[in-house]
Formats: sequence, C-alpha cells, structure tokens
Amino acid sequence: MTIDWFFILEKIVLISGVLAISLVVAMYSTWGERKVAGIIQDRIGPNRAGFMGLLQPLADGGKLFFKEEIIPGNSNRFLFILGPSLAMIVACMTSAVIPWGDTLTIAGHTVSLQIADVNIGILYIFGVVSLGVYGIMLGGWASNNKYSLLASIRAASQIISYELAMGLSLIALLMMTGTLSLKEIVEQQRHDGWNVLYQPLGFLIFLVCSFAECNRTPFDLAEAESELNGGYHLEYSSMKLGFYLFAEYINMFISSALMSSLYFGGYSFPGMDSLGLAPNLVTILGTAALFIKIICFLFFFMWVRWTIPRFRYDQLMRLGWNIMIPLALANMLITGAIVLYRSTH
Amino acid sequence: MGMSLQQIVFGVLSIISIISALGVILSKNPVTSVLCLIVTFFTIAGHYIMLNAQFLAVVHIIVYAGAIMVLFLFVIMLMNLNAEIEPQKRNWLKYAGAISGGALLLVLLGALREADVTPLQPGSTDIGLISNLGKTLFSQYVVPFEVSSILFLSAMVGAVVIGKREA
Amino acid sequence: MQALTSRAKQVDRKPMTFIESIYLWNIIKGMIITFKHIWKRKETVKYPEQKREFSPVFRGLHILNRDAEGRENCTACGLCAVACPAEAITMEAAERKAGEEHLYREEKYAARYEINMLRCIFCGFCEEACPKDAIYLTETFAPANYKREGFIYGKQDLLIPTPAEKKKA
Repeated sequence: MTIDWFFILEKIVLISGVLAISLVVAMYSTWGERKVAGIIQDRIGPNRAGFMGLLQPLADGGKLFFKEEIIPGNSNRFLFILGPSLAMIVACMTSAVIPWGDTLTIAGHTVSLQIADVNIGILYIFGVVSLGVYGIMLGGWASNNKYSLLASIRAASQIISYELAMGLSLIALLMMTGTLSLKEIVEQQRHDGWNVLYQPLGFLIFLVCSFAECNRTPFDLAEAESELNGGYHLEYSSMKLGFYLFAEYINMFISSALMSSLYFGGYSFPGMDSLGLAPNLVTILGTAALFIKIICFLFFFMWVRWTIPRFRYDQLMRLGWNIMIPLALANMLITGAIVLYRSTH
Repeated sequence: MGMSLQQIVFGVLSIISIISALGVILSKNPVTSVLCLIVTFFTIAGHYIMLNAQFLAVVHIIVYAGAIMVLFLFVIMLMNLNAEIEPQKRNWLKYAGAISGGALLLVLLGALREADVTPLQPGSTDIGLISNLGKTLFSQYVVPFEVSSILFLSAMVGAVVIGKREA
Repeated sequence: MQALTSRAKQVDRKPMTFIESIYLWNIIKGMIITFKHIWKRKETVKYPEQKREFSPVFRGLHILNRDAEGRENCTACGLCAVACPAEAITMEAAERKAGEEHLYREEKYAARYEINMLRCIFCGFCEEACPKDAIYLTETFAPANYKREGFIYGKQDLLIPTPAEKKKA
C-alpha cells in the first residue's frame, strides 16, 4: 500500500486552516458582539485597542491567560478541567464535515475544500452536537456549587429538548434532498435554488433550535445572571473560563455555517456557473460567498441577543415541546406528502 | 511489520474499550463510571466504523453517548452519590455476584467455542452504508421495523400516562 | 380612577389574539426598532479627548478666597459650618497678631479649616451663608484617592494662591 503523501499534506493543511479560521472568527465574534451591542444601544463599543478596537480580542485573550487560576477546594479537579476542554474540543470538531468550498485544482491535483465528505455528514454533526452538553454538565457539576449544578441541569434538559425539534425539522429537509452528505445538499442547491424557499418553516424551526443549542439569548438559561449568578461557569476563572466563552462563539460560527449550507446554498451563489471565470476563481468566490452568509448569520445572532429578553424556564420548555416539535412534525408530514405526490406523478 | 493498519487500529480500540469497561465497574465515583462508559461507547462506535457501518456508529453515539448517558449523568448529579453515603454491601453478596458472573462467563465461553463464525462476505460489508441499510430495512425487514416502532409508541404512551397521574 | 397626568395610559388587559400569541410579529417589530438604532446618533463622550461640559449651575470643589492684596477673606465666623446640612465643615478660629495684617483681612481668622469631601453634598449653602465672600464652589470635582483621609481637605488644599504666587507659577 503506497501512502498518498499529497493527500495527507492536503488534509493537514485544510484541518489546520479550518481550525485557525474558526478560532479567528470566534475571536472576532467577541469583538463583533461588543460592537453590535454598542451600536444597537447608541454607544460606540470597543475603540481603544487598535484601529476601531480591532486588537481588543487579543487584549482580552492575553488578560484571560494571565489571570489567576482558581480551582475550588472541594471540587473534582480532573472533571473541573475536563469540562471546558470538552466544550472546546466538541466545538472544534463539527467543522470537519462542512463544505467550505468547491474543489481547487493545484498542480494537477484536485483539492476539495471539505475536510471529510462522509455520507452521513448531518448525522455526524448531530452526534457531535449531542456531546456538547457534557462540557457544560461536567463543569457545572465539578464546580461543587449549587448554582452551577442548576445551570448545568438546565442546559442539559434544554439541549436535549431542542435537539428533537432540530432533528425533526432536518428530516423534512433530508426527505427533499434525499442525501445526508452536506456537499451533495449544497450541490443540489447550486442548480435548484436555495432550500429555504422550499422549507421556510423547517428553516425557522432549525434557526430557533440552533439558538437554543448554542445557549444564546433568548435561550441562555444556563448562564442567567439574574437567577444563577454566572451559570455553569460561575466558579471558572482564567483561560478555563475563556474556553467556555470561546466554545460558545465557535458553536455560533459553526451553526451559522451549517444554516448557510443547509438552507442558503452554502458556497454556491446565484449565477455562479454562468460567470465564465476560471474554476479556481469561482471556487474562491464561492467560499467568500459562504463567509458573507456566515457573517450575516453571526450578525443576526447578535442582533437577536440585544433585542429579545430571556425566556422563563417553563416558557422555554413549552416552546420546545408543545410548539416546536408539533410544528416540526407537521412540516415533516407535509413535506413527505409532497415528495410522495411528486414521485408518483 | 506483520500487522496491517487495520489490525493496529483494532488492537488499540479493543484495549481502550476493555480498560474503560473495567473502569465503569471498578471506579468508586459514579460520575467517573459514566464517563468511562461513554469512552466505551466511543470505542465501540470505532469498531462499527471499521466494519464499514458508519450509520450504525453515528446513531450509536447520538443515542447512547448523546442522549441516554446524558440522562444517566443527570440523575447521578441530582442524587449526588458519593462514597460516604454508599450503603455497606454484605460480603456474601460480593461472593454471590462473583460466582454468578463467573458462571455466565463460562456459559458464554462454552457457547462461543462451539459456534463457527462464518467469515464476512466482502459484498455484505456495504450493508452498513445508509442507503443500503435504509433499503433493506424498508423492504426485507419492514414488518419487524414497524413493529418496533409500535413498541416505542407504547413506551411513549406509558410515559405520558405516568406523567399525567402525578400531575 | 382618574389619571393624575395627561400622559397616563390605560393598561390593555384584553386576552391576546392569535397573532399576538405567537409573538413572531412582535419579535419582528422589536428587531426593526433595534435595527433602526444602528443609524442613531451615538451618545458616547470619548472621555480623555472629549469632556462633557459642566452645566452653568454646576457646584464642585470649594475654594477659600483671598482679597485683591492676597489676604484671606475668611474670618472664621462659623456660619458656613452652621449652614452645612451634611456637617462637613469644621474650623478653629484664632486672633490676628500684630504684623500679620498682610495675611488676614479681619482681626479673626481660621487657624484650621477642613471640609470632608466624602460628607459634603455640594449643595452650596456654605457659599450662600458666607458674609465675607470667602468660600466659593468651583467647577471641578474631587479626584480619586486611596484613603479616606485624603478626602479631608485642609486650608492649604482649599486656599487659592496669592497674587504673588500666581505670578511665579
């Protein structure tokens, strides 16, 4: 068996590139969040460190690194450290199956801008997302603090509840596309138009659920300051706290990428195939289009955060179980009926 | 060399799964037990992938590691089990457990020694891929598949009935 | 119940209609409102470069005044201390000796004069009570300090410089 060194090199470069980009995007999301918050509240936001405050994330990161590490006396030290590490790892793992672009041709080799085009891409994302709750649960429990424990229990039940509606809304999409591979879903949209046109209700459900999965306002019950002080990361300091906060932003980035790929055509854009440019250039333009979509979604996440107040816990559960799941089921039924009708006629 | 890449991966996965499975029953802290069980599930999912059953692997992780173990962890956290409040077990219980477990092991060994394992057909390894699996489930095995969904439905109805009675 | 002002609005307690109960419309309305704020004028004052102007009636730190020849106006009558609602002012009077006429305008002067800036509420009653135009409130505020003692301002902190000192500086 000969080992294809070019293939291995390509994957290593791609993995490190995607990791670096998701970290940088997450870093600048913190800056963007503060800027958006400022602008929406008639303020300026960070403007001291560098031009327009662009060095602010570096300053924050440096601060977090040099803060004192505090591990509570009666806590389980191993689990206490495992919590934020798991949160961070799980957040970084999802990006593997997202198609960041079409193929590039470099020196005769065709390079796909997707780390792994597995035929179960969407299920993989589900699997990883369902593991995301462990970081929060372990951290909250190991803190040996009742507020953290309450927050982690809230987070766990919230994520499990909304995962169901999320999966059901996706099943409708999968019935339509007939594939679990994200790459194929994007390629279909390249020819047939964006899925959001055919699945508006499914997209809405998926959007709401991804807010809940990312623990973002209005579903940030796990870090409700007014009730739980700091939530699950109450006892954390230094870079361990930084990991938790960072993981949230990476999750936001990934779910924005996912929503763009599933419902908004991913790296394809209207008129992509009729430009008549070199294929490599079209690929790069497609990746740029994907990132523009992602940035729009990130802005939307922030915009919602600074508009809508937090739900009460019973409202959250009622929305998840009594509204989202029946709606998703109805959406699935209608889609199934239409797909069946189409295939028989 | 002598060993192919697959054999190396198989060996590493098996060792990890045995160690973590032992960790489940030997660890004093219930939370550590749960974590070991999750690691075991992951290694088993790895075995599924090596058998080219990616769908099964991912569903295994989603259902067991992602949902059921979260609920386990949930309950353990709420009960706050630890070594101090663990009830003292009687000695004869330990011996009885060891003997019955050993007996089960003997039965299994005896049964497996006699069984002949047919080597996997090269063509049948594609059955784990999702499209083949779906076609098989909905054509050849459609009746058992639907019957099992009725089982789930009855479980759901039961849960709702129990929940309603308490309210 | 009769409203006290014309601005009072009656609370609408009608049950929500279906459109209202799915909240989606209200959420969109709220989102539009916050989106409009992107173009609103920013209220931030970029502090070290820009400073917010004091209002014309601002009352800040006190000074003790001198007359045109540089003599202290204060005669330690104690009216300011009596007028002070926060009891922030204390003083000790002393008699002017011969040869000190160039220092103090009246025969009696304040040997010690202290204002506790943590107690002071900057109401300006001392300024109004003073018969000798000796105490005035300025347009600055007390800078931060590490200790409480730092906020007890003595005579040397409060007195304005003499005309001679002013020329030197």
